[in-house]
Amino acid sequence: MAFYEKLMTMDRRVVYITMALAVAIPLFVPFQVPIHTTSEVKSVYDFIESLKPGDRLLIAIDYDPNAMAELHPMALTICRQCFAKGIKLFFVTLSQNGPGMAEQLVSRLSKEFNKKNGVDYIYLGYKPYPGLVILSMGQNFRISFPMDYYGTPVDSMPIMQGIRNYDDMKAVIAFEAGWVADSWIGDANGRYKLPVALGLTGVMTADYYPYIQSKQIIGLMGGLKGAAEYETLAKAKDRIASRGMKVQTITHIVVILFIIVGNIGFFMSRRKKL
Amino acid sequence: MRWQIPLLIVLIGGVFMAVQYFVPLEFSERIYEYCVDWVIIVGVFAMGLGLWSLFRVSVGKIQTKAQGWGYNFITLGGLFGMILLGLFSGIEEGKQFMNLFWYIYTPIQSSMFALLAFYVASAAYRAFRARTLVSTILLLTAVVIMLRLIPLGPVSGLNQTVASWILTVPNMAAKRAIAMGIGLGGIATALKVVLGIERSYMGKE
Repeated sequence: MAFYEKLMTMDRRVVYITMALAVAIPLFVPFQVPIHTTSEVKSVYDFIESLKPGDRLLIAIDYDPNAMAELHPMALTICRQCFAKGIKLFFVTLSQNGPGMAEQLVSRLSKEFNKKNGVDYIYLGYKPYPGLVILSMGQNFRISFPMDYYGTPVDSMPIMQGIRNYDDMKAVIAFEAGWVADSWIGDANGRYKLPVALGLTGVMTADYYPYIQSKQIIGLMGGLKGAAEYETLAKAKDRIASRGMKVQTITHIVVILFIIVGNIGFFMSRRKKL
Repeated sequence: MRWQIPLLIVLIGGVFMAVQYFVPLEFSERIYEYCVDWVIIVGVFAMGLGLWSLFRVSVGKIQTKAQGWGYNFITLGGLFGMILLGLFSGIEEGKQFMNLFWYIYTPIQSSMFALLAFYVASAAYRAFRARTLVSTILLLTAVVIMLRLIPLGPVSGLNQTVASWILTVPNMAAKRAIAMGIGLGGIATALKVVLGIERSYMGKE
């Protein structure tokens, strides 16, 4: 087999082993990746910075463990920023595996900031059929969530006094790994005018750029890079996403190199045929 | 009557919900709230039906020892195990329910998703070939977008600008066209259902 043919038909095991090394090695080699912040992430950061203590934010944890690496770091950083500023958080999850994600986040941060359930935050829990739940919360939170995640009636909690629907929230920060993001934009923002900011997985990001220009969303954080940008802006101590960027950078370089190698082989084979 | 009554309900419901959106009166909001309640109730029944269907299919396969029946056994074990643990041990962090979620379910799902990295690398290597002008444009776009995640020193700024332009101009134009197409298609389908032209939701005709 000619050299150019070898370049074009590399054994997939070589690709897999190279990728495995590209993922593993950066975890053990200490280096930093410079993070450049983008306007779409900064606008989310600026919005939260503009809030006053006592303001209320809805936090939607709509992702499963498969998107945890990308979305959990940004959710952690934003919730930390909110708790540090004294913003009251209303957690909700509309993804079937989201309750575990949200429960870990809530229990971890409430201990870290010494925040009280029902006073400084409330975890409303999970309900199926996201579109309907988003619409019903626009009428009254109690339609879908008469009790919180732990089974306590929401009306018995001080944080819910005087709270009815989206009119009582400053915005929703929705961490999304699927189509629920469309419902937050179309129903919560479109129908009830609730400002929406999105934290998305990397593959979803390109789909939601139109909503920035149309001002239907405040901004968006896309994938691990978005999370790392937010950590940089918030000067986060626990920089999980920024550390993950090392791995992401090297693996992207490897993928690009494979594409280049494949194309070199392709052009060499074309030249031979001519 | 078997066909007319459901069609009439759909017609009235569809027209009402469309008009209601533009009527900011408490009366219409109340009826809307009532309708949303009903949809949630119907949805909960659908979930029950799904659970029953899963149970029936799994039990059937176990009884007949069909191929892969062991997986159905694990499915039922997982289903009832999690329900019982959730009901009796609690669903807070640190309880058995959450431990199973964090130490069994989460690693399984994360591993499955992580495998994508290997498939994507292999697929990109095999598929991204500059065979034609269109495939070359696709290839270059993909490389520019991937490069925006990588620090390139003095070239980073230029690459960020190009990547940002790709995302906010051609990408946005294409996405808007697709979204408008989907929206118009949705309106057309909804009109067909409301007017009784599309009746497949009622079963065989």
